[in-house]
Amino acid sequence: MSAKNQPAVNQTAVNQTAAGQTAAHRDAKGRRVVAVTGLGIVTSLGQGKEANWQALTAGESGIHRIERFPTEGLRTTIAGTVDYLFDGSFTAPQLSEKLATLAADEAVSQSGLGQPGDFPGELFMAVPPVEMEWPQKQELARTFEGDVDYDGLLRAAASQKFKPMHELFLFGAVADHIADRFGTKGSPISLSTACSSGATAIQMGVEAIRRGDTEAALCIGTDGSVHAEALIRFSLLSALSTQNDPPEAAAKPFSKNRDGFVMGEGAGALVLEEYDHALARGATILGIVAGCGERGDGFHRTRSSPDGKPAILAMRDALDDAGLGPDDVDYINAHGTSTPENDKMEAMSCTAVFGERMATLPISSNKSMIGHTLTAAGAVEAVISFMTIANGRIPPTINYTNPDPAIALDVVPNTARDAKVRTVISNSFGFGGQNTCLVLTAEPTHA
Amino acid sequence: MNPHDVVITGIGLASSLGEGLETHAQALASGAAPNTDATSFAPYPVHPLKPLELDRQIPKKSDQRQMEPWQRLGVYAAGLALDDAGLKEDAEAKGVLQVIVAAGGGERDHAVDGAILTGLRDASEPGAFLNERLMGDLRPTLFLAQLSNLLAGNIAIVHGVTGASRTFMGEEQAGVDAIRTAHARIAAGQAEVMLVGGAYNAERRDMLLLLELGGFLRKGEFAPVFAREATPGLITGSAGAFLVLESAGRAAARGAKIHARLSHVAAARSKRQPGTVEAALNGLLSGFGAIAPGALAISAATGAAGITAEEASVIAALPQARRVATGDLVGHALEAAFPVSVALAAAAISAGQAKEAIVTGAGHWRGEGAARLVKA
Repeated sequence: MSAKNQPAVNQTAVNQTAAGQTAAHRDAKGRRVVAVTGLGIVTSLGQGKEANWQALTAGESGIHRIERFPTEGLRTTIAGTVDYLFDGSFTAPQLSEKLATLAADEAVSQSGLGQPGDFPGELFMAVPPVEMEWPQKQELARTFEGDVDYDGLLRAAASQKFKPMHELFLFGAVADHIADRFGTKGSPISLSTACSSGATAIQMGVEAIRRGDTEAALCIGTDGSVHAEALIRFSLLSALSTQNDPPEAAAKPFSKNRDGFVMGEGAGALVLEEYDHALARGATILGIVAGCGERGDGFHRTRSSPDGKPAILAMRDALDDAGLGPDDVDYINAHGTSTPENDKMEAMSCTAVFGERMATLPISSNKSMIGHTLTAAGAVEAVISFMTIANGRIPPTINYTNPDPAIALDVVPNTARDAKVRTVISNSFGFGGQNTCLVLTAEPTHA
Repeated sequence: MNPHDVVITGIGLASSLGEGLETHAQALASGAAPNTDATSFAPYPVHPLKPLELDRQIPKKSDQRQMEPWQRLGVYAAGLALDDAGLKEDAEAKGVLQVIVAAGGGERDHAVDGAILTGLRDASEPGAFLNERLMGDLRPTLFLAQLSNLLAGNIAIVHGVTGASRTFMGEEQAGVDAIRTAHARIAAGQAEVMLVGGAYNAERRDMLLLLELGGFLRKGEFAPVFAREATPGLITGSAGAFLVLESAGRAAARGAKIHARLSHVAAARSKRQPGTVEAALNGLLSGFGAIAPGALAISAATGAAGITAEEASVIAALPQARRVATGDLVGHALEAAFPVSVALAAAAISAGQAKEAIVTGAGHWRGEGAARLVKA
């Protein structure tokens, strides 16, 4: 374990570049170092880092009443939807692609890497599972009369009058379009690890750079899938908050009266780049993805192991991967969904990892303001974590007026706090036993 | 062998032919006629899954009930692979075993969808009607049976594989990238052992609908993949395949039986124009080194117009002894098509039918992949 806040990067004479002129940087385990040179974000709070940072540090909420579709008869009528990008109607894959495009544009532009439409690296993308939506099925059904069944829909499809719907609802199409637009190299990855997908996209980029497969990676998490059926599915699992009034107070992670998460939309994009590659071209280093940890959980389809073991091991793995220890962490960017179960399990797991320090170690949930951006969350919250490091200011957990005495934490209640933050651990936990943790640090200081 | 070589120590296969390594190796050797059903989903033929004794791999009925057919098939095939690798009872190994699954999504409740669409025709307030019916008619657990990553989740629950899992989506290419990524991680020392594969249920109209929207399905009777020029298109098949990939060092240390060495896996994404699939596949194969005369060529070709002919032309230029289309044996299994094909190649090498195998595949819409396996 390194001492507190020491850089996890060594410059050694052993690792000479081919030219033998510059010593290469390696991490504590002798691997290539993964820097961040571009960040982009879109949420219900706004488009871009500046708008989001302003709102996040002002403790503003992006949660509002749903206007995208009728909410009659629904137990939950609020969400953190992104409503400012389309005038007409759209599908989840179309919004997810638009969100990803905007976030990636911001990240790639900031990085200055490559040329427009020619990104010299691979694409790792967390995308929501898509399927044909109701308006499109109704469009097919309108071509015939009488009772509707799938044989009727198939005959309508066979007319080949609806060809664009095929590509629209393919799982791989969103990433394919992003690969086209940004000119990424190789076979683009579309992945899902449920609510930890965004973190997994980053982890895959880190692994590819460490392997030397690529010098750079565009890692994106995107989710624009708040439509009636998606909301109803979560609602039927009793996962959503039903405290609809006022909407902005519904997401209240770590509070005693928390009653579920609020669906959100957004995208986060990161340009990851091999550290020496970034230094050599004079790029601004925004931070380092120092470590990743992931663990499965075989306990239950939606519930976590009662002992928190998978989450605990994922955090410890991430710290170990970074060559750091619990004492090196300055701040925890919580998964913090505001469900009774997650917040309790996360608090318990953090206490197991960080021990007595947990009473004073700041932990806050961005989801209190932007809701749970699901597939995008891990990437969105990694972007916010790097902004936290850069600005020396921790976004609060808002709506913290009724603390849960069973989980005594410093949640940075309601108001942003100035703090020196060099090392963040960002947690993501998902249905299906997915647990992914990232250790994100400031740029190392060199002797 | 180099300790970082990637070897296949477990094969799990289930399809319209039945289950297991021997069944599929025999079908490969004999070129048996496929098991197809041209009536149930007419005019679209499919290769229906030969019914499985689910209890053998998924002992709890409660687990079986919480899965859709594609998930049960995948969990079953994953269990076969774990058994074959001798890891099923090895709790320590399963605690660190990492999983990559190539998955689509879950099945719709076709009756509910039909009834709602019928009701929407005359609904005075369609939005409120849709909400009411979905709130009342969707089974709460259906969502979990549909979620892409819940095949991996169920592998964790049923088999106790809790290392960590990742689910790749994106039709055929998801299967290519799953195997490519697992191979790369083991070769680079980022993992020692991985479970990788996919499963596809072809007996569902919602997926036929998606494919037919794009005009990709063959109608009528079965015809071999490389002989469909008159009526091109996919004939889908229910199939699942999982492989245990392991570093040669780890496999040797535990005395595991090695079916084959997976020497290369590569993927490309060509912008589909005439000739691009052929160029992309040739580009991938050129990175594999000299291919031995007598190699078995196994193709995950779809039967789609144009691209399958291009793939055939690539295979014809190889010094191969024999060409087998996976689709002629078990049908086209989308996300699982490439994993099934690699599993067949490994089974053939394991059974002594070939010393080397080349696997190719071009997705029906996007993505090209190739792999090379050699006798260990």
